Amino acid sequence: MSAASFSAAETQRFSSAVVDFPSTSSCFDIEALSLAYEGKPALRDLTLRVPRHRVTAFIGPSGCGKSTLLRGLNRLHDLNDQVTRNGHIRLEGQDIHGRDVDVAELRRRVGMVFQTPNPFPMSIYENVAYGVRLQGVKRKRELDEIVEWALQSAALWEEVKADLHASAWTLSGGQQQRLVIARTLAVRPDVLLLDEPASALDPISTLKIEELIRGLKSQLTLILVTHNMQQAARVSDYTAFLHAGELVEYAPTDTLFTNPRLRRTEDYITGRVG
Amino acid sequence: MDITNETHSQHISRQFNQELEQLKTQLMAMGGLVEKQVQDAVEALLEGDSRTAERVRDSDNAVNDMQIQIDEECTRVLARRQPAASDLRLVLAVIRATSDLERVGDEANKIARNALTLIESDRHSRGMVEIRHLSEHVRKMLRDALTSFARFDTRLALQVLHEDESVDNEYTTATRSLVTFMMEDPRAITSILSVMTILRALERVGDHADNLAEHVIYLVKGLDVRHTDPGELDESLGK
Repeated sequence: MSAASFSAAETQRFSSAVVDFPSTSSCFDIEALSLAYEGKPALRDLTLRVPRHRVTAFIGPSGCGKSTLLRGLNRLHDLNDQVTRNGHIRLEGQDIHGRDVDVAELRRRVGMVFQTPNPFPMSIYENVAYGVRLQGVKRKRELDEIVEWALQSAALWEEVKADLHASAWTLSGGQQQRLVIARTLAVRPDVLLLDEPASALDPISTLKIEELIRGLKSQLTLILVTHNMQQAARVSDYTAFLHAGELVEYAPTDTLFTNPRLRRTEDYITGRVG
Repeated sequence: MDITNETHSQHISRQFNQELEQLKTQLMAMGGLVEKQVQDAVEALLEGDSRTAERVRDSDNAVNDMQIQIDEECTRVLARRQPAASDLRLVLAVIRATSDLERVGDEANKIARNALTLIESDRHSRGMVEIRHLSEHVRKMLRDALTSFARFDTRLALQVLHEDESVDNEYTTATRSLVTFMMEDPRAITSILSVMTILRALERVGDHADNLAEHVIYLVKGLDVRHTDPGELDESLGK
């Protein structure tokens, strides 16, 4: 099936029919979202709901729009005036592009972790405390508690508790990535966006991050972009397959990886010539 | 998404295509072997040919070896390729199918063993007609099940599922009449018990053919239809 023969109506039908949960449990509600860079379409009329307290993975070949979609969820595209957008993104029912939305507050609620760990050039403690201080927390005891809680939530506490004031650069790549996750968690987000969070890590660090992702979903909603399909299959509850800016198929991960509905999905996840 | 038997030859990795193709080929070879075993075992009995019956018994090891070999291949594909979707279903269906085929081989062996007992007793026993009929019936089922696997043909697989019901009925009728014979002529009990064991083995072959057909539906449609009434399947498979 070629991309052209796949109508928007068909996408809509499959994407909404397969993933079925009450609208009250949706965290993000994306409706007819289209996005273009300098007039070149990157996302086309995309509609999907991301369930709360679940891990949702976006998969698809390079340039399919999965990172673009992820970045749209905390308005990172605002920084680029070449981007044009149509459609709506609602977070817990509220349009994130609404007039009264405070972008800084949106980005606190919707934290993001990137492919390459990017700790600040300061101590482990200060990395985690940074955002919390910006929120106005000053008391040392309170900061200590939050730092410990965040590092524990990110499964890093045991490894760093003896030397919290060492530079973040002394940590390994996998530890740095967990530190970045701890820093994001410290400001108590509702959603964590992860853009290829483990692609620069070795297999053991990757498993630790995956374990962490699974553990965190009781606290918040996670959205993961990955090229690694096994990773999507291992950690996510729902998977959305994007291709050429369209949502092709969106289904519970178990279904998508054992019995996808569409040929295009099947071809991609099994490594066939499309 | 339904798949065809071409589906597994379109990977970017040609090596992977070959591995999956190889699994199918080996499974068909194993199927051919056990099909022949059932046929030979029954013919040996009907024609009083003890050498053929012995040969069937001797070929059991070959079937067991094939099962182990195919399962090893499947394990290797799972470990190295981490197949998904229809590729995963193919590997699972092959693993399940080898287990059923191996048991068909065991049943053929059982038939051959009892055939030898009957041939050696040199007594004409009742029940040969029933054995002939039932064996023709289940051999057709087995053949169709294997063909449906080779062609990814769910309609043929569904037909096999329906056949199993009539095989079960045929088996019940045959045993009932044999019980009557045993009551009438107690001297025939030993040989009739052998005949009943053979009928039972044939009926089991039908059950395994039925399982194979279910694996085909799983492979092609992604539906697990075990423990489902074939009548309900007609609707869900859109016959």
